[in-house]
Amino acid sequence: MRIHEYQAKALLAQYGVPVPRGKNVSTPEGARTAAAELGGSVVIKAQIQAGGRGLAGGIRQAGSPDEAMEVAARLLGTRLVTHQTGPGGSLVGSVLVEETVAAQRELYLGVTLDRASALPVVMASAAGGVEIEEVAAQHPEQILRQPVDPVIGLQPFLGRQLAFGLGLSGAAVGQAVNLIAGLYRLYREKDCTLAEINPLVVTVEEKLLALDAKLNFDDNALFRHADIRALRDVEEENPLEREAADLGISYVKLDGSVGCMVNGAGLAMATMDLIKQAGGEPANFLDVGGGASAEQVTNAFRILLADPNVRAVLVNIFGGIARGDVIAEGIVEANRRVNITVPVVVRLVGTNAAEGMSLLDHSGLGVITAATLQEAAAKAVQAAHG
Amino acid sequence: MSILVGADTRVLVQGITGREGSFHARACREYGTQIVGGVTPGRGGTDFDGLPVFNTVVEACAATGANASIIFVPAPFAADAVLEAIEAGLDVVICITEGIPILDTVLVKRHLRDKSTVLIGPNCPGVISPGGRCKIGIMPGPIHRPGTVGVVSRSGTLTYEAVAQISELGLGQSTCVGIGGDPVVGTGFIDILRRFQADPETEAVVLIGEIGGTAEEAAAEYVRASMTKPVVGLIVGQSAPPGRRMGHAGAIISGGSGAAADKVAAFQRAGITVVPSPAKIGRTVARVLGHP
Repeated sequence: MRIHEYQAKALLAQYGVPVPRGKNVSTPEGARTAAAELGGSVVIKAQIQAGGRGLAGGIRQAGSPDEAMEVAARLLGTRLVTHQTGPGGSLVGSVLVEETVAAQRELYLGVTLDRASALPVVMASAAGGVEIEEVAAQHPEQILRQPVDPVIGLQPFLGRQLAFGLGLSGAAVGQAVNLIAGLYRLYREKDCTLAEINPLVVTVEEKLLALDAKLNFDDNALFRHADIRALRDVEEENPLEREAADLGISYVKLDGSVGCMVNGAGLAMATMDLIKQAGGEPANFLDVGGGASAEQVTNAFRILLADPNVRAVLVNIFGGIARGDVIAEGIVEANRRVNITVPVVVRLVGTNAAEGMSLLDHSGLGVITAATLQEAAAKAVQAAHG
Repeated sequence: MSILVGADTRVLVQGITGREGSFHARACREYGTQIVGGVTPGRGGTDFDGLPVFNTVVEACAATGANASIIFVPAPFAADAVLEAIEAGLDVVICITEGIPILDTVLVKRHLRDKSTVLIGPNCPGVISPGGRCKIGIMPGPIHRPGTVGVVSRSGTLTYEAVAQISELGLGQSTCVGIGGDPVVGTGFIDILRRFQADPETEAVVLIGEIGGTAEEAAAEYVRASMTKPVVGLIVGQSAPPGRRMGHAGAIISGGSGAAADKVAAFQRAGITVVPSPAKIGRTVARVLGHP
């Protein structure tokens, strides 16, 4: 799960990480009041969860409360398009009004999981303010990586190593040690998958300040974080993906025309690859779950067909625990309850698959059956193009 | 022979009275697995299909001589159940549960460093040895045949697909291991490959990977440096866009790593025979083994 910058900064502040003074507002008048409170000269930051806001015009300066109101009025309610949002952009529901900060250096600081070592890792770089992936690709030597033993946690000496490694000196070192410890504690206690401050600035007064922040959370751990769940912004989610998730179906919308319904994530990816190899493009990833009950199959059809780009559907179910005849009945049942207007290609394999296929062949539904994976993909692509 | 599990493995089911646990405990027993008891806190002293149920794993081990367990405990409590099994000294612990918080698994994995327990999973279909009639998992038993092909994979149903294709051609499996679809799992590809290399019954290995992380690249390097048996490899997720999670918590291309093309290239460099399409897993194995 992702949250907005203003929410991330509020959490960081709870963990002792200094952030600029600011206020999140959802009206132009609110922006004027906030700017007046902050001394007039402010930065107005559109609150969408995608990156790339600066280049897209979502972060602007204002020299006075009146100008802040004008800037906020231009941003609020519009859809901001960045390189991460897709062409539809994201709705700007609020703006963060912040004091302006005079920075002398821009650093990067982040905590994430290193999959290879299975350990949390703190990443720090003196090259802040740009995307860390870019730094990693072009100047990997500019990134300090410090693994953390999760049993003992992040001890002060690790913070010192990083602080000196970033070239900090004097009072900034102590500030950095506290700040790094706070960020790690937040990462650990709130089950983040990423806790990132970019840039972390050193002000002209030699103070460290989190100028921008991104916190992503482990969906599997949200059950123990009611406070984080409350920060969810459904406006930022794809409505179909959200509906699917609520039904326990794993669905990712893509851009192609062949919808697919598969049980199991690996087989679902394999099916998408086969569609591509057969000359088509998958419209989605969809895992109905291992059991693939009639209920879930019906739900999955509804979600798949809500995507107007879908020209054909490929159902590929490996019946192991779920029996093929039961799944076939589910498909027949789904046909009764959902108006299916595109060709449906079905391949069932495993327990009672033959009975299931025969049931579909005699259902009068016009379902196209296929015996092998290859045949199923070819027929689905053909049906989508035909 | 097989790896990890076999005819002598004595298995506890943690969460045996739950819906999943009871269903699969029965299915494993029917297959021939020696299920010796179950654990559900608060249900100790009761009975499940004639099997004793215990409150704790330690108690269950003392009474039954179990040396392995399979875990169906719900995600919020699963890491605790895994730690309980490790502390009880079981040789093999297989965690089926999906949706465990990743930092819970990180702590479990760190704890495993000083232990002899082999943890398979979480978020996995389990392990099956068709020759030993030992199934400790949720896979459909009847698609498997005793044979000489080792299968290791991050996936569930895709592994069944591979197994079915192999069995259909008259070949069989020595052992099939689903290592799990999470970003961090107890046992990785390399440890399983090492066991297959050492197993006299295994003649060839099918390695099924997917997008996300760099475990396939590391496995390829191991194959190149240390394996003499033929390895057939498949990577799925070639059509997945970066930054989107494909069902499995671990199946995501992020920060410029984890793309399918990189993994396929690593396989090729390592001399792994790359399966040209998910529909041709069985045929590729048959060709490598010189099977008609």
